[in-house]
Amino acid sequence: MIAPAKPELVTVNIDGKEISVPKGTNVIEAARLGGIDIPHYCYHPKLTVVGNCRMCLIEMGMPAVDPATKAPVMDPATGKQKINWIPRPQIGCATNASAGLHIRTQTPQVKDCREGVMEFLLINHPLDCPICDQAGECKLQEQSTGYGRGYSRFIEQKNVKPKRTLLGPRVMLDDERCILCSRCIRFSQEIAKDDVLGFIDRGSYSTLTCYPGKKLENNYSLNTVDICPVGALTSTDFRFKMRVWFLKQTNSIDTESSVGANTVVWSREGVIYRITPRRNDDVNDTWMADSGRELYKAVAAEDRLTAVKLNGAASTLELALAAAADLFKSNAGGIAVVGSGRSSVEEQFLTKKLATALKAPAYLVSRVGQGDKILVSADRNPNVRGALVTGLIVSLPSSQLSALAAAIDAGTVKTVVSVGEDLAAAGLTAGQLAKVSVIYLGTHANATSAAARVVLPTLTVFEKNGTFVNQQFRVQKFLKAVPAPAGATDDLVVLAKLAAAASGTAVASEIGALWSAIAAAVPALGTMTFANLPETGLLLDATPWAALPFAEGETLHYKPSSAKATEGRPA
Amino acid sequence: MAIIPLERKPLSLAERTYLPAILSGLKTTFKRLLKPAETLEYPEQRPAIPPGYRGVPTLVRDPNGREKCVSCQLCEFVCPPKAIRITPGEIPADAPTAQVEKAPKAFDIDMLRCIYCGLCQEVCPEEAIFLQNQYSMSGYTRAEMVNHKDRLYELGGTLPDQHFKWDKKKAAAEHGNAH
Repeated sequence: MIAPAKPELVTVNIDGKEISVPKGTNVIEAARLGGIDIPHYCYHPKLTVVGNCRMCLIEMGMPAVDPATKAPVMDPATGKQKINWIPRPQIGCATNASAGLHIRTQTPQVKDCREGVMEFLLINHPLDCPICDQAGECKLQEQSTGYGRGYSRFIEQKNVKPKRTLLGPRVMLDDERCILCSRCIRFSQEIAKDDVLGFIDRGSYSTLTCYPGKKLENNYSLNTVDICPVGALTSTDFRFKMRVWFLKQTNSIDTESSVGANTVVWSREGVIYRITPRRNDDVNDTWMADSGRELYKAVAAEDRLTAVKLNGAASTLELALAAAADLFKSNAGGIAVVGSGRSSVEEQFLTKKLATALKAPAYLVSRVGQGDKILVSADRNPNVRGALVTGLIVSLPSSQLSALAAAIDAGTVKTVVSVGEDLAAAGLTAGQLAKVSVIYLGTHANATSAAARVVLPTLTVFEKNGTFVNQQFRVQKFLKAVPAPAGATDDLVVLAKLAAAASGTAVASEIGALWSAIAAAVPALGTMTFANLPETGLLLDATPWAALPFAEGETLHYKPSSAKATEGRPA
Repeated sequence: MAIIPLERKPLSLAERTYLPAILSGLKTTFKRLLKPAETLEYPEQRPAIPPGYRGVPTLVRDPNGREKCVSCQLCEFVCPPKAIRITPGEIPADAPTAQVEKAPKAFDIDMLRCIYCGLCQEVCPEEAIFLQNQYSMSGYTRAEMVNHKDRLYELGGTLPDQHFKWDKKKAAAEHGNAH
């Protein structure tokens, strides 16, 4: 492994504290490294610096040197080198750390500056916090407690601007709340590469708007809502649904593609209200696609499976598992297992165990779409690499189960265990499905669950713990955000019971015990446990699979290995 | 702990006749007989409720009949026994009070949980919830003891408004300083 280049460190002095930071770090980030908060609105760590909110004003100085001799000028009072302070405050976001830089963030001048900026920002602010969705996570509210005046000196009439402007299908703009920080504009230009937003008019008439004839409708539009420091941009989906202080945050992973964007699931009393991105500088920075934010709707969907079914009639888990065990016995040798690239690593490990115990071939179904080069990759399965790592498959899957279809037609396969895969969508005809006994583990009703002999309802990603391996071979964990609906059972429990029925020995289904089994059986995951997996994931060695022709193209923080090879080749 | 046996003093002759005790009791009775009654014939007679009394929490309308609650859910947040449950909703853009944007779709106060602490009234930024004079809540089932939105408005009625904040907002938008 090549060690990343060590950044050149410089020592800066912030509020009298010496801190070593990489050269060029701006003062807001440098202060953050030293545990000092510099308030800001327009600055965002993943966007360019514009410096238009003026909230991060600080005092800055450099050690004095004699202009002629370049010798340090000493201060006789302290015996140290004299500091030449700039008499006017500077903005922290656009000031880069250089050796010897001195910063003061707690002086009366800085406090006055912040209070002045706050007063101007609040002059035309509607103060409709009781009806504002941002309340509770609003930077204006936060900074008001530190630098707000508490009463208004403004006796003139406030500006009136449009309150309900739809910028796109998912984003609503309240112009009165906008503080013109331009984060959303910069995001659209720099990250989403869809330059549709801009300011029109001048002074207090300035208004955020879309260019004529354009809409903010790209698949990343809701990130503008996340980065809006005030309540100007709100999500039409989350608007007026719930106040944020009631919501519990659970770390999760976006399952829509193999990027594995880190997310936070916001829920209250078992109901999910929204999904937002979680910062991971190696995967998704602070962004995620809009399409991934709607996945929570599957939890309470109409077609959710919540009843165990045996031969089409309601049954119990015990009876259904017994029926599955009977099928395993009567059709021994004629069984196929269809795993899923949407299952977690743990489920794939148990699927592999089940297939081994049944001496059955294991299949996987690939889903390939168009990658958008940002955070949705071409491979729409979140965990194909998990199946490779656990050994469930050895080569990349195809989108059609033609080998299985041929085996069914030939009569060599009589029972198919499908772990959440719709076999009809994967190319099996209704006739072929009717010829075999299907044991279906899944969350939602489809043609396969309708044709299945045994239907075992399982959980969505929001209702269980587990791990995914993303396109970088990074193992990332997701946690249970809401309790499972009545009637559905954890995939791990069902798979472990099926594997136990097939092998005759008990199989662990609790995630801690399961991970000891996985670590023992899978060398690549040998050093890991579920508990010690870091929040930002753990990168595996991808060399054993480097030759496989993965479907992904380039996305944020990911280059396919073929592209890397071309890059390294001398011209 | 040590047990100390106490000798009960024998009763005197006067005490054994019980007459002095009866007479002193009757003295109080006859003294009260001529004075006006201290008690109330509840429920025919009702007590006068002093100002600042904390009775059943209610929702109020402003003098123009607008429901004042905007479902900010601060009372739900502050409520110590978690008696309040609000489902927020949106006011349609063509409604007369569209400038308020938000109103409760459902507002339930479970009076079996309520402890009449008045924190909801104290925290309300819209002056929409008040603990008023109503002090007697009864019902035959648990469900009856939950006050829904319509019942809360019926109990609350209309209170005078000092600010007319949202009317001013609408007036500002309609004329003058609209950009």
